[in-house]
Amino acid sequence: MSILIDKNTKVITQGITGATGLFHTKGALEYGTQVVGGTTPGKGGQKVDITLDSGKTVSLPVFNTVREAKEATGATASVIYVAAPFAADAIMEAVEAEMDLVICITEGIPVLDMVKVKRYMEGKKTRLIGPNCPGIIVPEEIKIGIMPGYIHKKGHVGIVSRSGTLTYEAVHQLSTNGIGQSTAVGIGGDPVKGMEFIDVLKLFNEDPDTYGVILIGEIGGTAEEEAAEWIKANMKKPVVGFIGGATAPPGKRMGHAGAIISGGKGTAAEKIAKLKECGIRVAPTPAEIGSTFIELIKERGELEKYLS
Amino acid sequence: MNIHEYQGKEVLRQYGVTVPRGKVAFTVEEAVEAAKELGSAVTVVKAQIHAGGRGKAGGVKIARSLDEVRQHASELLGKVLVTHQTGPEGKEVKRLLIEEGCDIKKEYYVGVVVDRGTGRVVMMASEEGGTEIEEVAARSPEKIFKEVIDPLTGLLPFQARRLAYNINIPNELVNKAADFMMKLYKAFVDKDCSLAEINPLVVTGSGEVMALDAKLNFDSNALFRHPEILELRDLDEEDEKEIQASKYDLSYIALSGNIGCMVNGAGLAMATMDIIKYYGGEPANFLDVGGGASKEKVTEAFKIILSDPNVKGIFVNIFGGIMRCDVIAEGVVAAAREAGLDKPLVVRLEGTNVQLGKEILNKSGLNIVAADSMADGAQKIVQLVK
Repeated sequence: MSILIDKNTKVITQGITGATGLFHTKGALEYGTQVVGGTTPGKGGQKVDITLDSGKTVSLPVFNTVREAKEATGATASVIYVAAPFAADAIMEAVEAEMDLVICITEGIPVLDMVKVKRYMEGKKTRLIGPNCPGIIVPEEIKIGIMPGYIHKKGHVGIVSRSGTLTYEAVHQLSTNGIGQSTAVGIGGDPVKGMEFIDVLKLFNEDPDTYGVILIGEIGGTAEEEAAEWIKANMKKPVVGFIGGATAPPGKRMGHAGAIISGGKGTAAEKIAKLKECGIRVAPTPAEIGSTFIELIKERGELEKYLS
Repeated sequence: MNIHEYQGKEVLRQYGVTVPRGKVAFTVEEAVEAAKELGSAVTVVKAQIHAGGRGKAGGVKIARSLDEVRQHASELLGKVLVTHQTGPEGKEVKRLLIEEGCDIKKEYYVGVVVDRGTGRVVMMASEEGGTEIEEVAARSPEKIFKEVIDPLTGLLPFQARRLAYNINIPNELVNKAADFMMKLYKAFVDKDCSLAEINPLVVTGSGEVMALDAKLNFDSNALFRHPEILELRDLDEEDEKEIQASKYDLSYIALSGNIGCMVNGAGLAMATMDIIKYYGGEPANFLDVGGGASKEKVTEAFKIILSDPNVKGIFVNIFGGIMRCDVIAEGVVAAAREAGLDKPLVVRLEGTNVQLGKEILNKSGLNIVAADSMADGAQKIVQLVK
């Protein structure tokens, strides 16, 4: 089991004919993801032929609209590689087409565009991951996004993170120690986004195949604090946290639009203190996220079940 | 992106927000000329730098004659102002705003921000004008009032009036204040601001409601649709290395340590700074080369890092996800050669073809130390710069 997606999920790529869209569609197909088509306005009716490393060629239909693509292919998830100025529109189109899940990889979407998107999504069924995120992966089943698939290993740790490369780091530390992951979700580094930590934590809490969770946060905002409170009140599974940006100076945006300490709020120190206060073990350095988790499950006498 | 106060007021004026009459001056002569034109009994000479706290640092002066304007202007221009936001090195004043003085009855605060919690734009206001909002929030949070704005309708008149009543704007001026807020919101949304702060908003003896100060920040993701705002960028206010980095689409922030960092991904870049500090070192910068780091980008990144005279060593930390480690290693070697690297360089590579990558580094003949993990690399570079 996994959360949000599994090996049966059918996916379309919005922006499939662009260089980025094509590249990562191929990556998804190589991993075994059922990509069934894509959209690029104006290119409906064309086919995109993708030759895999095995020599096999997959021919995917291109549609003008998401609604058409959904009706023709039965896809329930879409992934967006559309350029930032048009990405908000792409998300809303997928929401209007009633996709179950939309994953927006695009970085650099104007914040006020995302404010509009969030408002548009109210009362609608679609869930959004991102924008500005690596995507979501269920190891050895399905990959939707830009993460390197091979570092992942099937298993029982759920990962939720605001940072892409830091997620890879944590995954790698687990996999090389024989600990696999149930699902890894990158929620993205923007201040206004789709799913938040708590939305993903709820799903991990209910997923029988997820035994423990790693939460990777960073400076800016109060999402980690809220997640910590939620974990304390509701989480039935062990959680290890890490917060990036302990040395970041205030007022400077550290790459991610959401990673900024403003008015003395959102510092790593505050977040770490809150996590600890809520009983969550915090990795002291980014190199010790995996080992901190392993240490915790060993203490709980649960290491064995994570290795199966 | 930040702009100067006088530019912010100009933007607001276009939206009908009341601001005092004023003019920018780059020289003492221009300052005197501007004051002459304004012809007001009292003139305010305001230093224009991209940092708050100018008043307390002596950057705002009152003049009652043209001689006093001349005196203040010559004193301020070229002066290095140190405020709590500039850092200890301060910022040199190169521009002045010459403004008419006004008869202040009372000061208030109005700010507009994007609130992450609600995913909406929020307008907040307080009766405690002139003090920083963070200070008010800490001391008397009950004095800050907020209105969450639905993007479909925008700020509604009743919300603006409610804010005005809540902060005790005199009854006869409530409509004027509400009108001010509506226009401020319009400017915020139209121009893709990330922050708009009017501190203080004042009511005057003659019954005006106006912005005595204005701080506008803009969402850099939205600048593509605002060329008119991009024109207001003042490169003098930015770090030269940061400007250079932005030309190559590198995300760079100068810090005060001596270990240069080159990392892919913002989260990992931040975490790399943290781990250097954890092992007793001081990072010289934040630098994210992005996911698709090409040889050109890596070379430029090296040059930028090396242009910082404080840098004594460099730590490259790359988790090659989509990119292969051998390609990255080749880029690093070529870049180190081209940049004429003569300082310790520790490289940690992880990902596809990592062995091949390490071999390329080892065989390069350059003084490159390969690290096995992020922790190992951080410890090594900290040792090497000691």
